[in-house]
Amino acid sequence: MIRIRITYAKMGWLKYTSNLDVQKLWERALRRARLPLAYSQGYHPKPRMNLAAPLPLGFTSSAELIDIWFTEEISTSEIQKRLIGMFPPGIRIQKTVQVDLSEASLQSLVAAGEYNIQLLIDLSIEELESKVATVLRSASLIRTRRGKEYDLRPLIEDLQIINDKLLAIRLTMRPKATGRPEELLNALQIDPNEACIERTAIFLAVSS
Amino acid sequence: MLTSEQIADRLERILLTVQKPGRYVGGELNQVEKDWDKVETRVALAFPDIYDIGLSNLGLAIFYENLNKRWDVLAERAYAPWSDMEEAMRSTGIPLYSLESKHALSDFDILAFTLPYESIYTNVLNMLDLSGVPIFTKDRNTKHPLVIAGGHAAFNPEPMYAFIDAFAIGEGEELFDEIVDVYQAWKRSGQNRPALLQQLAMISGIYVPSLYETTYRDDGTIDSFTPLQPDVPLTIQKRIVGHLPPPPTKPIVPLINTVQNRVAVEIMRGCARGCRFCHAGMVNRPVRERPVAEVLEAITASLDNSGFEEVALLSLSSSDYTHILDLIQQVSDRFKGENLRISLPSLRIESLSIDLLEMLRENRSGGFTLAPEAATEHMRNIINKPIQTQQLLDVAGEIYSRGWTTIKLYFMIGHPSETLEDVKAIAEVCKKVLAEGQKALGRKSKLHVGVNTFVPKPHTPFQWVSCDTVEQMRTKQHYLKNALKIPGIKLNWSDPYETIFESLLSRGDRRTANAIFDAWQHGARFDAWREYFNYQTWQTAFTENGLMPEFYTNRERGLDEHLPWEHIRIGVHKSFLADEYQRSQSGILRSYCREHCHACGILSDYRDLRRENPGDAWKCPEVRSSVPEQSVEIQIKAIK
Repeated sequence: MIRIRITYAKMGWLKYTSNLDVQKLWERALRRARLPLAYSQGYHPKPRMNLAAPLPLGFTSSAELIDIWFTEEISTSEIQKRLIGMFPPGIRIQKTVQVDLSEASLQSLVAAGEYNIQLLIDLSIEELESKVATVLRSASLIRTRRGKEYDLRPLIEDLQIINDKLLAIRLTMRPKATGRPEELLNALQIDPNEACIERTAIFLAVSS
Repeated sequence: MLTSEQIADRLERILLTVQKPGRYVGGELNQVEKDWDKVETRVALAFPDIYDIGLSNLGLAIFYENLNKRWDVLAERAYAPWSDMEEAMRSTGIPLYSLESKHALSDFDILAFTLPYESIYTNVLNMLDLSGVPIFTKDRNTKHPLVIAGGHAAFNPEPMYAFIDAFAIGEGEELFDEIVDVYQAWKRSGQNRPALLQQLAMISGIYVPSLYETTYRDDGTIDSFTPLQPDVPLTIQKRIVGHLPPPPTKPIVPLINTVQNRVAVEIMRGCARGCRFCHAGMVNRPVRERPVAEVLEAITASLDNSGFEEVALLSLSSSDYTHILDLIQQVSDRFKGENLRISLPSLRIESLSIDLLEMLRENRSGGFTLAPEAATEHMRNIINKPIQTQQLLDVAGEIYSRGWTTIKLYFMIGHPSETLEDVKAIAEVCKKVLAEGQKALGRKSKLHVGVNTFVPKPHTPFQWVSCDTVEQMRTKQHYLKNALKIPGIKLNWSDPYETIFESLLSRGDRRTANAIFDAWQHGARFDAWREYFNYQTWQTAFTENGLMPEFYTNRERGLDEHLPWEHIRIGVHKSFLADEYQRSQSGILRSYCREHCHACGILSDYRDLRRENPGDAWKCPEVRSSVPEQSVEIQIKAIK
């Protein structure tokens, strides 16, 4: 058994495909490629794979992470080669590495996410700067999600204005401490429907 | 009309506001994208229900692959948007568009609807409206797409006659290409739209309703059906292919979870059992099987192309496929260790062998479905489905003892000759089946009972009979609900009004079209969905058009009545259907016609095609002419 970690992009119309359905895309691509995908034991065997962090519907991503288990030794370059042309348009493999079988699960390693936010509305650079400054100056930003209050402010690790149409942000992403880009937009008083959000990196904590 | 770029742009702004936006974007694996400007003819294949249901439609998959193989044609897909998406599209001015290139449907040359059942008629109207194409065929001109339709419901095209320019009757594998050829020749010639319709009517299997006229008698029945021009055919013979062409092998793999996510391969077309209520069994004759090797090849290619984890071997009666054991064995062997599920819907109790059960045991999932339909000999003889109770119990016992915990049984109530005794027997049989389960598995065993209500269908021996009234249905259902309140048994039944509605449209005539239009205008759509169906809307639509619903539903027709679908010829002759009807009234069975030809009409109507496809390509037995037999008899008599 080997464990492979793949970095991939999810672009275009695929942004309307949910995480559960993305797992299906992976399973089918691996089956088509006739790669020795490992299945769980039991009456309804399930392919052994793990996504790092759910990507909200409507977001694109240039840096998703998935761990996949194979029953046979196979080189990362062979995997990458065999997966060419196996996906619908929108999935692109960026990087394939082997990781230790004993490493903790991807989900438990996730520490932060980086996003580019493309604004569809017209704001002057001054307006944008003032909105960002207000947010960064706040000691706390209490938001409510699913009936629970939480403070968004400490989850904002970075917030930069690239130009009047583009923000680059980094938010904490740990269990029970997940910063969401659309919540940040709400805090900036920008309608999330007026923005295109792309995840550009997932940071993992260094595993022991 | 908006350009494809404008449509894509506007879509981005609404898709996150609707449920399951992945239904509306296309982009799946095996989607075909062609250069819009480099083909001569653009065909939109439209399924009048949501994507989740339509994606797995085998008919459309065949046309999609076939048409896109032509260098001069592109075929793209469209489905009915769910109500939230419809609202979003209407409020942002997005017309109905194709999933591939996002072109408005009105930009296509041909708009082809599949009509698998009647309860999607209003969706067709809604889709035309959303496309900006005039709903009535009379309002369309050369600038509009040609609107065609086919599928099982099209065997009675009359209720939709006002909305569809041309109906394709029967199997479309060859027919669709011919339609495109005629369309192309017409377009190059620069003639007007009536010329196109006339030329289409010359194709065998094409029905152009606007070239005919129906008149009625005072009692509401049809007086005459006549062509309006001298050269159009009086009757339309359904098209069939003499030899089943290789099945499609590039299934579209959805990006979202749909109703059926699997490779589906049709192993056999048609059914020779002759159940008298069964529309599919009558209209899909003759029986043709695909060779095992061809099925196997198609499965392999389709799995390679899709990565699906399930394969379904489809037919109307899969255990009747001659080489079923061999086929299942070969599929299991070839894909051993690949976590492939094999599903085999529509198994006949009579032909379900222990060997087959053993093979299916490995990939059993959930329940095992059987359709005995009736529980007494009286009803079994009427519907011509002679399954003995003991036979059913034996099979059920074998199924439970192989580890299936749930059996699903389908029964049918509502035939006019049915008595309460027949209904009571259903409950008795169900209890006995569950007892078999308890013998094998104890209290783990479950029984799901689906009780559907009979709807008389055109082109069947029951096309003349009346359906039950709502009160009759209620009485029978009420009895079963009480009698089957038993731990381990789950009962499902159909809403009587849904049955009445289906019955209204399935034997409708041209006057029904106005009611369909009115019902749609008053909000009817997705009539197959319980949350949308509203019988009141339909009743009002019928009565406001001066039509009595009972005329269509609860009326026994005389054998000499001119039926609305009489000009559509399915190969099974009316005289044979009438004979079957009379036999049913006397409770006389008709044997399985693979063993003995009963001269339903197929072999005489398709004589030439049969001659081109000799041997066992068709499962019709060799017909020994009855004339010599008679003369032998006479000779014997003479000797005596």
